[in-house]
Amino acid sequence: MPIEPQAPSLTWNPLHDIGQVLEYHFMLNALAAGGVVAVLAGLIGWLMVLRRESFAGHTLAMMAFPGAAAAALVGIGAAFGYFGFCVLGALAIGRLPSAGRGSWGSESASIGSVQALALGLGFLLVSLYGGVLGDLESLLFGNLLGVSDAQVIGLAAVAVAVLAVLAWIARPLLFASVDPEVAGARGVPVARLSAAFLLLLGVAVAETSQVTGPLLVFALLVMPAASAQAITKRPLASLLLTVAIGLAVVWLGLGAAYFSVYPPGFFIGVVSFGGYVLARVLGAAAGRSRARSGRRSGPPASIVAGA
Amino acid sequence: MSADAPVVDLRAAEVRIGRRTIWRDVSLRIEAGEFVALLGENGSGKSTLLKVLLGSLRLHAGELTVLGVPPGHGGSSIGYLPQRPVTGPGDGLRGRDIVRLGLDGDRWGLPLTLGPAARARGREARARVEEAIEMVGAGAYADRALGECSGGEQQRLLIAQALVRRPRLLLLDEPLDSLDLPNQAAVAALVARISREAGVAVLLVAHDVNPLLGYLDRVAYLGGGRALTGSVEEVISSERLSSLYGAPVEVLRASDGRLVVIGQPEPPAHHHDRHHHAPDGRSRAHAH
Repeated sequence: MPIEPQAPSLTWNPLHDIGQVLEYHFMLNALAAGGVVAVLAGLIGWLMVLRRESFAGHTLAMMAFPGAAAAALVGIGAAFGYFGFCVLGALAIGRLPSAGRGSWGSESASIGSVQALALGLGFLLVSLYGGVLGDLESLLFGNLLGVSDAQVIGLAAVAVAVLAVLAWIARPLLFASVDPEVAGARGVPVARLSAAFLLLLGVAVAETSQVTGPLLVFALLVMPAASAQAITKRPLASLLLTVAIGLAVVWLGLGAAYFSVYPPGFFIGVVSFGGYVLARVLGAAAGRSRARSGRRSGPPASIVAGA
Repeated sequence: MSADAPVVDLRAAEVRIGRRTIWRDVSLRIEAGEFVALLGENGSGKSTLLKVLLGSLRLHAGELTVLGVPPGHGGSSIGYLPQRPVTGPGDGLRGRDIVRLGLDGDRWGLPLTLGPAARARGREARARVEEAIEMVGAGAYADRALGECSGGEQQRLLIAQALVRRPRLLLLDEPLDSLDLPNQAAVAALVARISREAGVAVLLVAHDVNPLLGYLDRVAYLGGGRALTGSVEEVISSERLSSLYGAPVEVLRASDGRLVVIGQPEPPAHHHDRHHHAPDGRSRAHAH
């Protein structure tokens, strides 16, 4: 989807370039929607990565595809389809028999079968819609440059609600994620928190899908959190870094797309991947310098050298 | 919760899971500051006994009070360290954060630090975390990610998590498992010191009594669906263990004082679970 108006081009003046990007209302909306989603997906994704539920997150993103297709078929807004299917998917995954720690293998298998069902259903819905549904591309990759004012407000309202719930349950959820048995013995409702987190994850995925499309959700859900966790072990710093990386990915991706003929999704994917590689390199370097400064006294030198 | 009641008072207790009796006629009394080991083969119901004391499993028969009240009401006065997978979601957090979760991880809402009262609470919380970390001697690596710590360091940090609320009863499920011998000895000495200095009653589940010899006030030995309790010398003898299992068992004492139990019957067939094949007994707890 080329960005049309009079072929903007980069100058050597960054302020002028930023001014160009901010000139158009559709770009402002894209930056706002992308920003909202980057913050939400980053924070939810941080816990998802910690809880090792990335595969569940991926499956929820795949649920967004039949969701959007079904909404198009019925003739309602795509957002309803995204939210409806992602929330249903979260409920379904939460009820899978093997859900729980210590059974990752069989859990992945059953989550994977849900994913296969979702993709098959999406394919069916698209073919039912027939030729009229020409815009498969925007079903899969979203339509960041076509976000309306109302959509921005809707995205922001849902994000605020999700983050408020997340803030309320954050500590018991972290406790239940890290030490489920101790947390359970202390009266933390471990199973209900797991189900609640899946629901929040489903809503966050539905939000992100509206901006990046189901296929690129992971650029904002996994990568910023995984990068931040590779760089720092301090929880608060890690969370803030996650948000910063997510915002950088979306805004740099959009900015780059503005000055090129290629779609923003491509640049978001590229910046996201590049950021992750950089974070791993930085994290490894930090680990080596810690090892050199002798703070690691436990493991034998061969392990340190191999890390 | 009266102060002079025994910390644990279990009388003629029986536990069933489904229709199967795990053990019956078990009595166990632990006083404040006592260090008691809970011994027995895999599948003899040791972890089950901890779950009963925590109130997450109910007795089929018998009576139990923990800290003078029915089980499950001890709340923050009980510190619990379950068997735990070696790697898990906590790997990316610092040891200090893991300990902090033990202090206020069960609270809803964010720990906001606005206003002088909240700031004072925050300082108090950090001081409590620091105290627990010092108590187990983990200061040198508390700021490292848990996943980067060795097994012995992880176990010390997790004991600090169990201690951070200054409990009166500490329940430790196989904390020596998966540690090498020097670390087993060091953690055993650490637990004994905590029990003595802080007056905490400790019930420690172990496979092997040898790392604990010299520290224990008493042992409880589960086997054959029953239990023996008493001093190490009383309980771990050829005669008593033979009568517990109803089969000849021999206890040998090595010249360095170590005890070797020979001829312990294999656990019954339905206990024939993965533990006999998996040397890392830290997979999940016992299959009941």
